[in-house]
Order: sequence, then C-alpha cells, then structure tokens
Amino acid sequence: MSAPLRGGAILAGLLGLWQAAVWASGAPPYILPGPGPVAATLLEQMPRILPHALVTATEILLGLLIGSGLGAASALVMAYARPARRWMMPVLVISQAVPVFALAPVLVLWLGYGLASKVAMAVLIIFFPVTAAFLDGLRRTEPGWLDLARTMGATRGAMLRHIRLPAALPALASGLRVATAVAPIGAVVGEWVGASRGLGYLMLHANARMQVDLMFAALAVLALFSIALYFSVDALLRRALPWQPDTVPDLD
Amino acid sequence: MHTAYRSPSILIRAERLSFSGRLLFDGLRMTLPGGRWTCLLGPSGVGKSTLLRLVAGLDSGGDGTATADADDDRPLAGRLAYMAQRDLLLPWLSARDNVALGERLRRGRIDAETRDRADHLLDRVGLAGQGAAVPATLSGGMRQRVALARILMEDRPVVLMDEPFAALDAITRLKLQDLAADLLTGRTVLLVTHDPLEALRLGHAAHVLAGRPARLGTALTPEGEPPRHPDDPALLALQADLLGRLAEAAS
Repeated sequence: MSAPLRGGAILAGLLGLWQAAVWASGAPPYILPGPGPVAATLLEQMPRILPHALVTATEILLGLLIGSGLGAASALVMAYARPARRWMMPVLVISQAVPVFALAPVLVLWLGYGLASKVAMAVLIIFFPVTAAFLDGLRRTEPGWLDLARTMGATRGAMLRHIRLPAALPALASGLRVATAVAPIGAVVGEWVGASRGLGYLMLHANARMQVDLMFAALAVLALFSIALYFSVDALLRRALPWQPDTVPDLD
Repeated sequence: MHTAYRSPSILIRAERLSFSGRLLFDGLRMTLPGGRWTCLLGPSGVGKSTLLRLVAGLDSGGDGTATADADDDRPLAGRLAYMAQRDLLLPWLSARDNVALGERLRRGRIDAETRDRADHLLDRVGLAGQGAAVPATLSGGMRQRVALARILMEDRPVVLMDEPFAALDAITRLKLQDLAADLLTGRTVLLVTHDPLEALRLGHAAHVLAGRPARLGTALTPEGEPPRHPDDPALLALQADLLGRLAEAAS
C-alpha cells in the first residue's frame, strides 16, 4: 500500500473511532461533538480560525528556527572547546530539570502577551533535543576518519568543519525531527498561559464558552499543521542528506 | 607525477610500551629501509597496528616511550600517507573530492587544478570517469582503489598501509596489489598484513612479529622486484617457510 493511501486509511480509521465513541457514549454534542459537526464548524468558522492559526504557525516556525540555530551553535561550541562542554553541559541538564510549563507564566510576565513569550517557550523546548543530538553526533565521529585527517596534517578546526560537522548532520537531523514534533507544544502552552491571539487562546476561549465544536475545530487545524510541518521537515532533511541511508530497512 | 625526493629510512624504537598494564614492547627496534617495502606479519593483538600508528604519529593509547625517526633528521609529520583496511571514504563526498581530501583539509577548498589531478589519479587506478560517483554506489574493490588514489594524491615519500586489501576478494586483491606495487615504487612503505602471499609478493623484506613483549623475527627477503608473480615456485617455498613461522608465533 502506498504511503499516501496508508495515511488516508489511518485518518479514516481514527475518524471512525471518534464517531464510534460518540455513538457508544451517547454524549451530547456540547460534551463530545462528532467529526461531522466539527467539520461543519471548521468550514463555517474558518475566517475566525485562520488568523489565530497564522499567529500560532508564526510562533512555531520562529521558535523552530531560533531554537534549532541556538541548539546547533551551542553544540558546535561545546564540540570544539572542551571547557565549554564541561561548563555548559551541567547547565543544560539543570535547565531541563525545570519544567518548561512551570516557566510559562514567568515568561509571559517578562516578555508580555505577544509573540515573544510563545517563541521563547518553543525555543526552550527545542533547544535541548537539538543540542544533545548534534553534540552526540559531533562526538561520535568515525575514529578512522579523524586518524586519516591527522596524517593529512589537518588542524582541529579543519577536522571539525570538513569531517566532524558533516558526519554529525544525520544526528542533527534526528534532533530537528524531535524539535519539529515538540515545537507546537511550546507555542500552545504559551498561549494558554496568557495570550489574546493564537489557536491555544482560541481553544481556551471556546472551551470556556461551551463551544466544544469550535475547540475541536481549532485542535484539528493545529494537528494538521503539526503533521504537515513534520513531514515537510522530514522530506527536506532526507533530500539534504541523500548519503545517509535508512539503516534498518527490513527489521520486521 | 612522481615528485623527486629521496624516501627516508625510518628507525622505530619502542623502548617500553604497555597497554592497561600489559607490556607490549620492550626494547623493540625495527628499521624500514628507504624506498623499499617492509611487510609486517604476526598474530592478532601482537602490536603490528600499534607500530604502524606509532610511525604515523597517531595516538596508540598505550603508556611508555616509543619513537619513530627518519634517517635524515627531519620530522616525519607531513611526509607520510596512511591507508587502512576500511577505505575511510567520506560518504558525503564524491570519489574525486575524497581523493582530494588532503587539499580540502589543509586549504579549506579544492581548486580546478587539484580536481583535474584527482581525476587523472582515478584514471590511473582504473576508475576513469568515476570522479562524480559517491562512495555508496561503488563496490568494495572500487572504493579501495579510490583510497589508493587518495594516497597517490598526497604524494608522500612514506606510505603506511594497515591490511589495505584484507576485505577484498582474491582476484581484486591480486589486481590491487599489482597496482599499488607499481604506483608506490620508490617510496618507503610499511605494510601490515595477515596474508603471507601478499607480504612475499610485495615486500622487499617480510618480518614476523611475535611474543609478549613482542620480538621481531629475522626478515625473509624474496628475490626480484615486486610485484612478484603468485605462482613463482621460489615464492611458494618462502610462503611455506613464512606460514611455519606464523604458526609457531601463534602457538
């Protein structure tokens, strides 16, 4: 079965389960609306949802760009300079011990109700997986390649640039995939804590007014955007790293 | 193509070298005569690769004092090229760019002239027109040919090879041995190998390293110039002798 067909089958299956849950529970539409009414609301309310979706998408993309950039840069610094690694790694680990969700109200307090606090949330969530994955890749270079480079008279900088960095790109790609999957969490949590725009805000707003169908419609848009973003990033990374084969083709 | 230089002799002195408490070398001396092929055989773990890494200036991970010096009193660094059992081609670079890796590492980029030279060397190792191919599309034998071209590109008087043909099938191995013997003539070569026939085909001298701490056996010196024909009766007699020494070393 081809990939798009399989995706369609999975989607249809999930929608079927949803509808079955509505029938089985007999829940009223203001508690659990079925896929049909939600789709109707989605179409009807599109002009209202779209601006909010645009705001959330901007937050997610900005967070992804800044978080990945900062994460990759800090991994490079730590790979090149051992003191940086020794001092920064504990700080990073400690930073992960503080739940980002707990920081959200403070970030809103400091950075305001606008875009900045949500982007900061997404950056905080993305930064660590990208740094950890890339640094891991930079430190696991095939030792034979480095031996070869040494006999060729390469400096540490040249080895980092021409061997360790390209060799670590597949590891960076794994970090970016994780980052892409978790970026929407950061943005939406930020919007829940304090915002006047965005899908998270719209969902909270709709929920409070018992407009559960609108809440589900907003959720559907968020999910669709997240899935589309993930597959776009995945396809982009595969195209950028054609020499990195899938090493587990047939484990099953 | 072949730069005019005198290939230096190399004296290896491993006074004491131990790995996690186990003494590998104690007062070992070995000379690699200038411009000649020296082959080193012996059981696994006896320290052949360690000696080679010592000459290459690579960290062997052991404790002790061991040095490798050229007879012209100039440092060896920058005058040697290294080839391992695995081809060590970078999968994201084309065959041509892999051949020119040294230039890229030292200068940061590769100019058109270097590219042409790399293509020419690929031609000489029998890979004409394969410059743009990426390693994943090449067979094991072709990849090792690219690695050989990379050594030629470096054009160094000292060449260190650690079981370079071990992973190849018999026919490909014979072909690459001929090619290497031809292209690396006049350089000081240290070849670590497990294959007695390979050592006798290619070496001006073949040593067996055995024991702990390791001792160097007297050299076997086959007649004639490498590469010698594999069905030469004199060579096969020497091979029997060498196999005997290796069996003794392993017991």
